[in-house]
Amino acid sequence: MRLSELSQGADAVVQEVENVMDGDPIARRLRDYGFVRGEPVRLVGRGPIGADPLLVQIGFTRFALRRAEAARVIVESVP
Amino acid sequence: MIESVVSLRLALVGNPNCGKTALFNQLTGGRQKVANYAGVTVERKEGRFSGPSGRTFQLIDLPGAYSLEAASPDEVITRDVCLGHFPGETAPDAIVCVADATNLRLHLRFVLEVRRLGRPMVLALNMMDAARKRGIDIDVAKLEAALGIPVVETVAVRRGGAAALAARLDGELPPAVLVDASSDLHAEVRAMLADAVSMPRRTAEIDDALDRFVLHPLLGLGVLAVIMFLIFQAVFSWAEPLMEGIEAAVGMIGTWVGSGLASMPMLQSLVVDGIFAGVGGVLVFLPQILILFLFILALEESGYLPRAAFLLDRLMLKAGLTGRSFIPLLSSFACAIPGIMATRSIQDPRDRLTTILIAPLMTCSARLPVYALLIAAFIPNQKVAGMFNLQGIVLFTLYVAGIVSALAVAWVIKLIRRDKSEHALLMELPSYRIPHPRDIAIGLWERANIFLKRVGGIILSLTIILWFLSTFPGAPEGATEPAINYSFAGMLGRWLHVLFEPIGFNWQISIALVPGLAAREVAVSSLATVYALSGHEEGLQAIVAAQWSMATAFSLLAWYVFAPMCLSTLATVRRETNSWRQVWIMAGYLFALAYIASFLTYQITRAFSA
Repeated sequence: MRLSELSQGADAVVQEVENVMDGDPIARRLRDYGFVRGEPVRLVGRGPIGADPLLVQIGFTRFALRRAEAARVIVESVP
Repeated sequence: MIESVVSLRLALVGNPNCGKTALFNQLTGGRQKVANYAGVTVERKEGRFSGPSGRTFQLIDLPGAYSLEAASPDEVITRDVCLGHFPGETAPDAIVCVADATNLRLHLRFVLEVRRLGRPMVLALNMMDAARKRGIDIDVAKLEAALGIPVVETVAVRRGGAAALAARLDGELPPAVLVDASSDLHAEVRAMLADAVSMPRRTAEIDDALDRFVLHPLLGLGVLAVIMFLIFQAVFSWAEPLMEGIEAAVGMIGTWVGSGLASMPMLQSLVVDGIFAGVGGVLVFLPQILILFLFILALEESGYLPRAAFLLDRLMLKAGLTGRSFIPLLSSFACAIPGIMATRSIQDPRDRLTTILIAPLMTCSARLPVYALLIAAFIPNQKVAGMFNLQGIVLFTLYVAGIVSALAVAWVIKLIRRDKSEHALLMELPSYRIPHPRDIAIGLWERANIFLKRVGGIILSLTIILWFLSTFPGAPEGATEPAINYSFAGMLGRWLHVLFEPIGFNWQISIALVPGLAAREVAVSSLATVYALSGHEEGLQAIVAAQWSMATAFSLLAWYVFAPMCLSTLATVRRETNSWRQVWIMAGYLFALAYIASFLTYQITRAFSA
């Protein structure tokens, strides 16, 4: 599933970040931020309007990602 | 003073929010020079400090970067300066890489990336106090061995918290480590963390608690509204008396200096109405700029600013902006100058430019005197629906008209922009921190300096030019009209009148618009001058009410919603974008919108009132 599909407070593990085009700069930046295979990730919260952007915990850091950005991250949810 | 010889040039690099600038302030104190990098609007900060042995070090604070595979103009500079590729900058002798000890999973990756550059380097493990408080245990010796570079603990916000770093840099630095450039940096970071760091939990409990409240869909927006309300209260209640005080003081000194020149009336007028009016015109912006930036810096240092951007991103995105545009645009309601200066916190250059371009559409406080004059003269002071004041409704409508046009312009810019690639948010929400007074004071000092040095000169010279235009040539013998009507400004006004007649402006308005170029509110006192009422602005309302048609008044109100004639704003745009093209685009589109809006308002009002 995708990071954007996680429910609030859910934990998951990153599988990979998809490029939506060649050399996708946003996907590359996500990998720099630590969205790499095996990294635990949690959907901490959502923005007040249209549940966007998403508040995501990766490593020891929190990032705000728009839905289209989070949809690039393929995750496997952790029960 | 003899400049001591610099023995070593150091570059300070690190992720955003690693406390790098606080460390820079701690090391260099007030001894810093702020400029821009040649050809770009990225700030270049340089300072000096001495080691225990008395050697002098030159330290350059490079922009924060997440990666050397640069994604923003800031990161390009950090990369190029580190590599010695940036024109006009020599490569640093050594790199001081700063990492937040509580955020090592992210920051160590960047440290490893910098290490690949193959330059001598030292790692400053910053915020060690916060790390200890959270029970994070870092085996510095193990980390040092794994990295192959010296590691020094620092606490940038504590007095003496960088002494160990200064001492280490003063000693012999080990040569650069040569590493395999194809290794997996994330795997290396994980291995180092597993080996040298133990962490009871991934986040700080206080951050979790605060975020549950501050980012709550309802409570969060409430907190944001309260903070914004307080800022506005402060700007208007604190800045107003200061601004009036500055105007009065500068005016008094001007008159006093002028009285010594009574025998030379022309020179006296130049000094009083040109130079001192110009200095006053520059200084009068300072209270608003400083108070607004006091809040913006405190919000930024505390970590709240990105949270506000998080809450509002979706709303702003619809107009083709970003959550980060909100604070600069809000500041523009006080004055577009600090608003445009505040856009430096927007990383995406396209989002930043759009925000700058629409900032003047936020109704700034300088437009209020014009609104007040015309509304009082033409809108009856009566109740609507038993509870609303009609004058208040008109004022509110003018504010809304500005906001709606700003959103429309942003949307059009998005539409016509050739580069349609996705704008990224990808924003870190850093840990909450209590802002350090020294960092805020230095930040305020820098803003004041930027404004006075880079914008002040332009405003001052424009005021003097406008004085010249309004004074020469003087009135002929036996003239019956005020002197300004015979001056270059008067001629220009009459010439402009041809242009402005279709939108209902009489020649008095056209003349008053010329000195009003310096600052919008000057148009009111200029109108008084044109009607030979100098010093009696109360009488102006009666004259305007008696002599102007309602269509003309409404047309001027519509004109001021767009008001393209603030040269101080245009000067700031020139400084902040480093481009005359953007200045012309802004002036051109504002003028076109103002003209069209006034034309429609004039013609429609005339049709209805006829």
